[in-house]
Amino acid sequence: MREIVEISIDDVKPDRDEVLRMQGISPGTPPSRGVEKLLREALESFAESSNPIAIISEISIPEFEVVYRGEGLNEESTPLEAIFRRADVLALFALTVGSDVSRRIDELFKSNEFASGSMLDSVASDGTERAADLLQRHFFNVLVTRGETDSSTAIMRYSPGYCGWHMSGQKRLFESLRPEEIGIELLDSFLMKPLKSISGVMVAGEKRIHDFRDSYPFCAQCRTHSCRDRIRRLYQAEDALI
Amino acid sequence: MAILREISEFIQQGDYVKVSVLTEKALEYRISPKEILDKALIAGMDVIGEKYRNHEIFLPDVLLAAKAMYAGMDVLKPLFLREEIPLAGKAVIGSVLGDLHDIGKNLVGIMLRGAGIEVIDLGTNVPPEKFVGTAEKENANVIGMSALLTTTMPVMRKVVELLKERRLSGRVKTVIGGAPVSEQFALEIGADAYGYDSSAGVEQVKRLIKGDEGRNERK
Repeated sequence: MREIVEISIDDVKPDRDEVLRMQGISPGTPPSRGVEKLLREALESFAESSNPIAIISEISIPEFEVVYRGEGLNEESTPLEAIFRRADVLALFALTVGSDVSRRIDELFKSNEFASGSMLDSVASDGTERAADLLQRHFFNVLVTRGETDSSTAIMRYSPGYCGWHMSGQKRLFESLRPEEIGIELLDSFLMKPLKSISGVMVAGEKRIHDFRDSYPFCAQCRTHSCRDRIRRLYQAEDALI
Repeated sequence: MAILREISEFIQQGDYVKVSVLTEKALEYRISPKEILDKALIAGMDVIGEKYRNHEIFLPDVLLAAKAMYAGMDVLKPLFLREEIPLAGKAVIGSVLGDLHDIGKNLVGIMLRGAGIEVIDLGTNVPPEKFVGTAEKENANVIGMSALLTTTMPVMRKVVELLKERRLSGRVKTVIGGAPVSEQFALEIGADAYGYDSSAGVEQVKRLIKGDEGRNERK
């Protein structure tokens, strides 16, 4: 399966709490009226200027082994290398919300509308993640249609640059997936252009294969430990989509 | 002076229209541009910075205040240029070669200007030569570098080495920041300071401009 998926912006709902968290406002703290207005305007602007599109392509475990090894710069031991070998199905993916939203953020900063620019940046970052959630749901539905899921099946996604998978893994990922077809370009620094893009691998398999402890040496450098929330949600989620 | 206090308060409220009008008025009262800058604009931003560090206000509030501060600066800037009044210092900032992320770097730039420091923003994807060449040409006090990728962090080391090669290390200080960057990495490459976040980065630049050589570690 190799498929280009167009995602309706109407279905992409940036998470209000997560956007406010990116703005330094912790959950439970009521934002001021001014902040509420900025958030409302940023959500409108994101909806007007984003065109989410994705590409997803299944890959076998041996093929992914090559992609994962990349340029040989991964950490010695990573959660993903234990997880992907126990997967039922793997799929490479890349997704972007386009370059218009980044252009709008630049324009806001250039016209001294810093608060609006910063809020739109946070909305666009979270919006890109939420669009990837929808792509993940799409992949799950494909597997359901093919009868390849059961009650213990869960999907999680992993990206180069996180959890010990070196950023340079992008090179092999791009060679295999070819997301240039949907307008995503890989720069020499392994950064994607448009900036608001995500790439990685979706791993479908039993829930328990995704469970790992954040005790790898590189976990000490991690500022978020967001894996904890993702794994916790894995056991709470009804639809097994994280 | 009451008008300077008023300007400071309107900065804190993010009311850029009132800040602009009152700054004009303060000049009509023959208050010097430098006094308006120090006692109204920077004073207002200092209160904002303090509240932000104490978690009493959040990033959007800081940025709304910064916009108001800029409105005041727009009125004063032509006078500063004409009368050649020096600012508190000069910083060259940018995201290093290969890195196109600029939000963190932009926030640092906004807050540095709010502290009365002249900022030369080189943008993103900045090669070492450009950082060092600009700092030398502009006689800057500090180079501030941002990286959001582990793959671009080594560029920071090249900038520090290039400053050494050109015998500028003592004169031009370096501050680094960005998600994958750490105090440990700053020590390893010989950078003068590390800013955990935009607010800490600004404090480090202010400290280095003042000539405080002691390392002020944060996390």
